[in-house]
Amino acid sequence: MSNKIQSRILLSSILSLSLSASTFAATPKTEIIVSAAASLTETMNELIEMYKKVKPDVTITPTYGSSGSLQQQIEQGAPVDIFISASPKQVDALAKQGLILKDTRKNIVENKVVLIVPKSTKGITQFADAATDKIKQIALGEPSSVPVGQYSEEIFTALGILDKVKPKAVYAKDVRQVLTYVEMGEVDAGIVYATDAAISKKVTVIATAPEGTHKPVIYPAAVVKTSAQPQVAKAFLTWLSSAEASKVFVRYGFTVVQ
Amino acid sequence: MDSLPIDWSPLFVSFKTSVVATAIAFLFGVVAARLVLQLRGRTQAILDGVFTLPMVLPPTVLGFFLLVFFGRNSPIGRLLMEIGIRIIFSWEATVIAAAVVAFPLIYKTVRASFEQIDPTVLQAARTLGLPEYLIFFRIMIPMAWPGAAAGSILGFARALGEFGATLMIAGNIPGRTQTIPIAIFFSAEGGHMDLALMWVLIIVAISFSVIIAMNLLGRRKG
Repeated sequence: MSNKIQSRILLSSILSLSLSASTFAATPKTEIIVSAAASLTETMNELIEMYKKVKPDVTITPTYGSSGSLQQQIEQGAPVDIFISASPKQVDALAKQGLILKDTRKNIVENKVVLIVPKSTKGITQFADAATDKIKQIALGEPSSVPVGQYSEEIFTALGILDKVKPKAVYAKDVRQVLTYVEMGEVDAGIVYATDAAISKKVTVIATAPEGTHKPVIYPAAVVKTSAQPQVAKAFLTWLSSAEASKVFVRYGFTVVQ
Repeated sequence: MDSLPIDWSPLFVSFKTSVVATAIAFLFGVVAARLVLQLRGRTQAILDGVFTLPMVLPPTVLGFFLLVFFGRNSPIGRLLMEIGIRIIFSWEATVIAAAVVAFPLIYKTVRASFEQIDPTVLQAARTLGLPEYLIFFRIMIPMAWPGAAAGSILGFARALGEFGATLMIAGNIPGRTQTIPIAIFFSAEGGHMDLALMWVLIIVAISFSVIIAMNLLGRRKG
């Protein structure tokens, strides 16, 4: 490479580096990170968009996953400001370790658990079919880390068929993976939340789990103790209980906790 | 939760899978190396590129391709379903994923070993009238053996550690497709850190022994 070209490359590199350095030092917006259960993905995305009009100077960065994975991340020090879990179990675990601000904890919404099959499947009518040959392989959330997997185990235990169902299970890392397995038709059935089934066009809801077969599906939210912006986080949490936010939750099929 | 007896099945699943996958990758690796050896120029470069690709692509990309290739919505997948073979979420899928990632390692080392063979030895054999297939089995393979063995051991280690593609096409089915890496992921995610650590130590021990074995083999060859 000629000296002229070399010096041009050097000059432009220095220029671009200094430009990026200056934008890096520019006034930062207030940013908070929300870790939310995978089932809240579309709902939370919409709510975050709405909140931009309420508080334009606040940037909210969502991250979604199974509540167990998110709990792990917070335990290992991830810089999360708000945690919204699909079950009290994960928030309880964090509370026990003193990792959440107890007075910010609030139950936001509730959900229902449903049995789904690929759209074209016929002949499956109830949860108990999982013990029969009608369902040879069923997708379930992994019970330790995925709340819907917990609830699934509770349902099958209540029906007395957990032992028959376990050998047929493929365990997914979050509820959306369960949904995908069923949509792809690679399993005969799966158990997800009613709100996940509502979003998909490729599955049919066969049955809703009867009351009492599983613990209530409650979504607690809380501000994480190590949050760098607890006031900003609390404000967002409060807004999540507002009338306009509640409308969005209801539209996606969640039940708002009064 | 940890008062439950330990489920040792990941050890057996991983072992069975890696052994079978390495054997398959070895067969294909030797054939591929022999094939590429006779090619020249662009054809050789392209084919070598294709064979090396699984080594440089992210495992999730491999998983994606395998999923699309064997899944219910593909012609191959549908054909296999007709004859009653279902690849996705089967033990065979773990073998396929592991074999695909082990293959490039074995192919590359076997090819290098073949190329190191003194061509005059092969020419001498030809002038003495030995047919090509005997040259391959009686001369090339024995001479390439130390390198091929080292490559297979490396392939075995890679097959053992395969996670991304395996999870995508074989899924997490304890006792059937739950390999050690998958067990580690899910136990860590579920907060069972002791269990995860146990599996981590086991796989580190196995991989470490494998590397040492490879080094000793290499030294003997030199």
